[in-house]
Amino acid sequence: MNRIFLVAAILFSGIACGNEDLEKRVTALSAELRCLVCQNQSLADSNADLAVDLRRQIREQLGSGRSERDVLDFMVQRYGDFVLYRPPLKASTVLLWIGPFLLLGLGIVLLIRRIRSTNRQAPPLSDAERARAAAFLDRGRE
Amino acid sequence: MSSRALWVLGIFVALVALLAAGLTLNPREVPSPLVGKAAPPFELPLLSEPDKRFASKDRLGSVWLLNVWASWCVSCRDEHPVLLELAKSGAVPIYGLNYKDKREDGLRWLAAYGDPYRLSVIDAEGRIGIDYGVYGVPETYVIDKRGFIRYKQIGPVTRETLAQKILPLVGQLSRE
Repeated sequence: MNRIFLVAAILFSGIACGNEDLEKRVTALSAELRCLVCQNQSLADSNADLAVDLRRQIREQLGSGRSERDVLDFMVQRYGDFVLYRPPLKASTVLLWIGPFLLLGLGIVLLIRRIRSTNRQAPPLSDAERARAAAFLDRGRE
Repeated sequence: MSSRALWVLGIFVALVALLAAGLTLNPREVPSPLVGKAAPPFELPLLSEPDKRFASKDRLGSVWLLNVWASWCVSCRDEHPVLLELAKSGAVPIYGLNYKDKREDGLRWLAAYGDPYRLSVIDAEGRIGIDYGVYGVPETYVIDKRGFIRYKQIGPVTRETLAQKILPLVGQLSRE
């Protein structure tokens, strides 16, 4: 019995070693893809049935010599840009990509305007006020 | 009210409106990129007689529904009466894709709850399901005479979606 396990273990480790590079590529690529069943997990993290099937697809396709780009295209054709954790830059996603920078810019503009207006809020003193201020200061010195 | 208070109120109201609109959306519904594209072709064994096969291209020239179902799928049971009624009305033929199921389980399920399908084909490994972008069973596709997907229903078909979307679309597509 033990011998059978040993043989099986050796065989299995041989297979595993040969596929190590492939497995690394599968894992890296599936981390880029969203699992559609549990949407806050990547395909790499998810054990949903569909995620297992899709990882098998990725493994088969990479194993048969297709590139990462090909596999991503395959997924997008079927599930849309939604599967990509890094959606491509196009008309419908422009706001997503530049939105944070727009908000940052808006914040900076508002901040500058506010700083300027508070500076402006201190009007220059008139001569009478200047004289009064001087009088106060002089009194303090005595 | 000062203009600043108006600004803040305006921004607040806009934000509430945005979030309220967001709450009405269903994040589970991912728009399918396949709507408006050719339905992925398949040729699969029949559930009833696995040595016979059905090819999707045989349906070219008529409007049909492809319904993805499985015996393990709980919400399939919710939509099943609706599909049975639809099949009885004869408005449009329904073809079943028995998705990642065991053959015996599928057959037993149809025997127990009724069979609305013209025929069902076996997609035991879910490969055709992946081609169709299936991610939540049940799903239903309306396919037109040219073999293009015109509508995708994610989740159970209800009487409302049938009356408001699917049947009007089928009527329009049959006249095309």
